[in-house]
Amino acid sequence: MNKVYLSYNNIVSGYGFDTAAAVEGIKKEDACLRQIHDKHLLPNHYCASKVASETLEEAYAQLRPKEAHTHLEKMLLVSLEKTIRASQLELTDRVGLIISTTKGNIDVLEPENPFPKSRAYLGQLGEKIRHFFGFQNEALVLSNACVSGVLAIAIAKRFILQGTYDEVFVVGGDLVTKFILSGFNAFQALSDEPCRPYDKNRSGINIGEVGTSVLVTKKTTHLAEESVVLLGEASCNDANHISGPSRTGEGLYRSIVAALAQSELNAGNIDCISAHGTATLFNDEMEAIAFNRSGLQNTPMNSLKGYFGHTLGASGLLETIIGMHSLHQNTLFASKGFQELGVSEPLNIIKKTTPKPIETFLKTASGFGGCNTAAIFKKVAEK
Amino acid sequence: MMEKYHIESYCRIKDQRISLNGATVFESAETNFLPFIKEAYKTLDTQYPKFFKMDALSKLALIASDLLLKNMTEKNIALVLSNRAASLDTDRRHQQSIEEADHYYPSPAVFVYTLPNICLGEISIKHRLFSENGFFVFEQFRADPLVDYADGLLKMQRAEKVLCGWMDLDNEKYDAFLYVVAKNGIFTHSKKKINQLYQTS
Repeated sequence: MNKVYLSYNNIVSGYGFDTAAAVEGIKKEDACLRQIHDKHLLPNHYCASKVASETLEEAYAQLRPKEAHTHLEKMLLVSLEKTIRASQLELTDRVGLIISTTKGNIDVLEPENPFPKSRAYLGQLGEKIRHFFGFQNEALVLSNACVSGVLAIAIAKRFILQGTYDEVFVVGGDLVTKFILSGFNAFQALSDEPCRPYDKNRSGINIGEVGTSVLVTKKTTHLAEESVVLLGEASCNDANHISGPSRTGEGLYRSIVAALAQSELNAGNIDCISAHGTATLFNDEMEAIAFNRSGLQNTPMNSLKGYFGHTLGASGLLETIIGMHSLHQNTLFASKGFQELGVSEPLNIIKKTTPKPIETFLKTASGFGGCNTAAIFKKVAEK
Repeated sequence: MMEKYHIESYCRIKDQRISLNGATVFESAETNFLPFIKEAYKTLDTQYPKFFKMDALSKLALIASDLLLKNMTEKNIALVLSNRAASLDTDRRHQQSIEEADHYYPSPAVFVYTLPNICLGEISIKHRLFSENGFFVFEQFRADPLVDYADGLLKMQRAEKVLCGWMDLDNEKYDAFLYVVAKNGIFTHSKKKINQLYQTS
């Protein structure tokens, strides 16, 4: 059986423009969420994490672009350029490109946006990224709600295993926009304070923006030191409701069971969980049920939404990359915002960032449309 | 030895006409999408009361998928759809509701449909499918990734069958082309055949 690895990676976020800056911020338990009052974006106060336009502009200018790009494209280009450069890979016809996003350049629909409205077509976003770096294969844009990021990694693995590509760059990103904020606010799901996943005093979600990228490869030479093997992954629908999570955690439970079986592991082999944890009551409760059904209630678990907010189509990719660094540094990262359990079934939420030898982690995500994805990663053995 | 998979059935909804395996099953003089698809819902005896609350893309996807899944007992069916406009048709409606401060009325019932994969959720609910969903967005119809992806799912035994295809709806322009890939069927599952069916059905 061929193995597939996640190797070089980058995170462009409110913490800075590389993964190290984000990991350092998390280790210090600093959130990059800020309270914002911008009537143009939302009539009420909200809390979000953003990538600063001025500093992004500087990093983007260094890429010497020959045409204008949107804010999202700049985030993705800056992130992917760093990952490609670190990998030293030549972009041959064996290298694929997968883009994970829910809304892409949705901000171009705003009347004052200078870009043509046609830029909102996700295929155009894919083409802009492909063209900039000169990928020989067309971009595959995956838009599967909040599981997009983890599913994109899973899909990269499958394309590699069946011989379509030898390597795939996966890049994910979404924006904090009026479009998104007004929608989640209409659901009364937005919090005006930093979010508190699984906590009794949770007040809803925050939206965040990042551009993030990773190299998925079957080659074992020249791997990044934090590389992991993707052991197993699965994705199952709840077949229950398009906006409300299943009361039995059905799709998530089935995804976890299938990912464990594929990894030839049982629940006891999982050292920690990077869960979805949006900090809405319905989501957190659904996850608690699914993790209990899977026998994972005692496994140390966090949600990283308390640091970045919910970064939508990027979140699964972002949180997988943080998980890779958690394994590499043998450190369990605290689930920021959590104090007292606020779900009906037991969970072992990590309260304090703690050093601990860890080898494997489970990443899960769930989203609108009833979709769920679970993936299991293992540290690459020290050479 | 690579196992050969087959196209078990296919359907098309385009230009006021619905066909199943090449034969017309519904035609209408109605040129507007919403009245057209409502008429199709009734004529084709599709049972899903939530139909009337769904956005246009989900209505198109539900009618098309129901033609292929209606009499199917197999439930381990993965769903892999693609299109050009993602959910832009509904995105524009949500955008309109937030554009002006004086007419600010964002609605959760509209916002929830601003993701293309919601139509996969609707199909999963209707047919009780706990299987894998994936939604890709391309600049135009592309058989290659769909064929590779479906072959992979079947070969890795992730599903017994795969419902695949193109599901595009954009400002009254609609084009649905769906097919089921399985071990047995009427045509060999190949890029050439998929392209041919898309061009001619």
